[in-house]
Amino acid sequence: MIIDADVVTLSRMQFALTALYHFLFVPLTLGLVWMLAIMESVYVMTGREVWKRMTQFWGILFGINFAMGVATGVTMEFQFGMNWAYYAHYVGDVFGTPLAIEGLMAFFLEATLVGLFFVGWDRVSRVTHLLVTWFLALATSLSALWILIANGWMQNPVGSAFNPETMRMEVTSFSEVFFNPVAQAKFVHTVSAGYVLGSMFVLSISAWYLLRGRNVDFAKRSMTVAASFGLAASLSVVVLGDVSGYAVSQNQKMKMAAIEAMWETEPAPASFTLFGIPDIENRTTHFALRIPWVMGLIGTHSIDEPIPGIHDLVDDAKSRIDQGILAYDAMLVLRADRNNAQAKAILAAHDKDLGYALLLKRYIDDPRKATPEDIQRAADSTIPNVPVLFWAFRIMVACGFYFIALFAFSFWKASKRQLDKDRWYLRLAFCSLPLPWLAAELGWIVAEYGRQPWSIEGVLPTALGVSSVTTGQVWTSLGGFVLFYTALAVIDVVLMVKFARKGPDGLGLWPPGQPSTAPAATIIPVQT
Amino acid sequence: MFDYETLRVIWWALLGILLIGFAIMDGFDFGIAALLRVLTRTEEERLVLLETIEPTWEGNQVWFILGGGAAFAAWPMLYAVSFSGMYLAIFLVLLAFIVRPVGFNFRGKVHDPRWRNVWDWVLVLSGVVVILISGVAFGNLFLGVPFQFDGNLRMTWHGSFFELLHPFALVAGLVSLSMLLAHGACWAAYKADHVIAERAARIARWATLAYAVFYVVAGIWLAYGVAGFAIVGPVVTDGPSNPLYKEVARGSSWFASYLQYPWFWAAPVLGLLGAIGVQLSVAKRGLGAFLCSSVMVAGTILSAGFALFPFLLPSSLDPRSSLTVWDASSSRGTLELMLGAALVFMPIIIAYTSWVFHVLRGRVTLEHIRQSGHTY
Repeated sequence: MIIDADVVTLSRMQFALTALYHFLFVPLTLGLVWMLAIMESVYVMTGREVWKRMTQFWGILFGINFAMGVATGVTMEFQFGMNWAYYAHYVGDVFGTPLAIEGLMAFFLEATLVGLFFVGWDRVSRVTHLLVTWFLALATSLSALWILIANGWMQNPVGSAFNPETMRMEVTSFSEVFFNPVAQAKFVHTVSAGYVLGSMFVLSISAWYLLRGRNVDFAKRSMTVAASFGLAASLSVVVLGDVSGYAVSQNQKMKMAAIEAMWETEPAPASFTLFGIPDIENRTTHFALRIPWVMGLIGTHSIDEPIPGIHDLVDDAKSRIDQGILAYDAMLVLRADRNNAQAKAILAAHDKDLGYALLLKRYIDDPRKATPEDIQRAADSTIPNVPVLFWAFRIMVACGFYFIALFAFSFWKASKRQLDKDRWYLRLAFCSLPLPWLAAELGWIVAEYGRQPWSIEGVLPTALGVSSVTTGQVWTSLGGFVLFYTALAVIDVVLMVKFARKGPDGLGLWPPGQPSTAPAATIIPVQT
Repeated sequence: MFDYETLRVIWWALLGILLIGFAIMDGFDFGIAALLRVLTRTEEERLVLLETIEPTWEGNQVWFILGGGAAFAAWPMLYAVSFSGMYLAIFLVLLAFIVRPVGFNFRGKVHDPRWRNVWDWVLVLSGVVVILISGVAFGNLFLGVPFQFDGNLRMTWHGSFFELLHPFALVAGLVSLSMLLAHGACWAAYKADHVIAERAARIARWATLAYAVFYVVAGIWLAYGVAGFAIVGPVVTDGPSNPLYKEVARGSSWFASYLQYPWFWAAPVLGLLGAIGVQLSVAKRGLGAFLCSSVMVAGTILSAGFALFPFLLPSSLDPRSSLTVWDASSSRGTLELMLGAALVFMPIIIAYTSWVFHVLRGRVTLEHIRQSGHTY
């Protein structure tokens, strides 16, 4: 089994690039579609034209973003087969199912209805169109649910077992896979993050109109929706982020320790490191500023459970590698003799550690011949990049608390009908536009980069999952993606900015019945 | 519910249904995209032609995405081997899929002829690339592709992109191209303004003629010029999914299964009857010709699937590694659960898809575009 290290690096870069890029569009789709559903509901209930125009205007921006989400999503699904073929073989039996159900239950609905959302205004009744929008919103969140069930299984591979005859993981219990606590926590945290992002998008662009004194009525209403929805969402993203953190501490202790840059196991309840400079070389954290008790409370929801540190976890990994080698040996015996009862028993006793033996494959072809040095190296490789995780997590959390403050303040201003009063507030709201994207991408880095060296925690090392492809092939596709994605990103941003600047007034959407100030040639019809 | 053997056959059939669903539903979108600059003369006409597919192409494309997801879940080895093996070909297909949603959505967003021209050609290219490559890839299934497994079932591939361009595979590519151009043209004839519909009907007639010729040539070539694969020795239909547990020999005919089950001949006959039906009915520019071209598409794919059965992906390098219906599937539990999900959701999907097409019924005319503007 020869694995080209360069192919691994390039494939990882490609996956990270395409996933981070895809995740620029998905959260906005997730959040914005609910804003559309809320606005259109108000329109149908009150019959007031401004709410319909709001739905249509934000719908245009939604459409531009949705197209990019779909375009980049296709890549995600097929990349598993292209670049991660052994992964696809090894876990397809488990991992493929939620993906397929996502297509059946959610994406089909979403993609079929999205066209009708745009062209259906005059073709179906008001209530039917509202239902289309609601189902569209529901389907996008359902999509996220199934994708995160698949992803949650990668973080916490429950309900499955290794089958030596087929050399792969197979499902033993679907209910465990579907009701995986890690997946549930990730789902609520991720969709809430999307709702925050959608709210911030509407809040910021509306604030910009108010700064310019344009579309005032339109923008104030949009901001009110964004402030209420954003407040609820930002509160839930932090609360549910905590649930997510708890799930991590129970299942991915190494990720937790890396986030905390916690090298030594601390006596319970552990303290939270607010600031520090993690040092990988010397395995310590300089200038650590610690708040007692907090980490123990977050991580274990108790005061008497210790949180293990990195050094102890590496020792753990070493002993699991030893057990894994026994399983690997039994697997090879079984391959020569399918009915060897003794080997079956050994494998059954140690198959949970088989993945740890596979960590050795990076250093030696036959794990059974590993020296103590190889085992030490493999155990050390289970430490993810501590400083990156440490900082990514802290910046993400800081963003989360900032969002609560901003949306709470916006909500208060909206309820006092003073949204257009303070220019400093409007500027702040406008300048906050990129922050939810930053937080979302950092969240992705904490979750996925923090899982390394595993693609399936404890089961399949990332390096082992790659395809039998050449570096030339991956360079070609990587270069192609960079080129294509950059071009599309530029076009997307230009179009988004163009349509946001035009605003509902420039597009002839608002105020209704009055001639638009824009030149006739650039008027986009109402249904766009 | 069902035994493992039956489940595997059901999932083989479902894979076929998804493939046929993709070829019929998204096939006409790709055909229209490929014909965009052939069927239209002016920007207004282009808006008409695009509007015939714009509100629905996104839903149609999910047949492809679902096909990929179902292959991943039900036939993980097929998914892994084909996508990583034909790496660059799949990459080109991916690029074509990436530019489509943005092409459809962004094209109308700027009123500059140069901007629209560029997106037109991007859409044309995306249509041609996907249609041609899918046909060529299908042709390669019969030739066998160069992969093998080691004891850990890790696959290695020993071919290159250009080796996929075998003359037989190119003929298969031409079958695919002529078939889906005809299919797209039939949709335009049914759905677009009469000016466009008339041109489309003419193109549909020529394309079905070309299809019939290429299809028959491919069939004769397959019968006399391409060695088939056959499992030798006992066939275990409900064993563990490990391709290395069987023996395979080359040299037989791909038509062996047609001799064994004569009713398989219904598939190629349907393909050709569909083509004849298009010839006879497309002048009326109604739904009839489109239904005929759908039959043509379904018959063609079925005939290929029947010939390959029970093979999914034969290996030219190490025939034993070939993937078959009996040894490349997911575990029984996965197949069972997914079948349940498919049985629940497929009728619902068909119901709301039909409803959307019903809401959008009627011909898109130049008049309509002038009055309402471009609506997507």
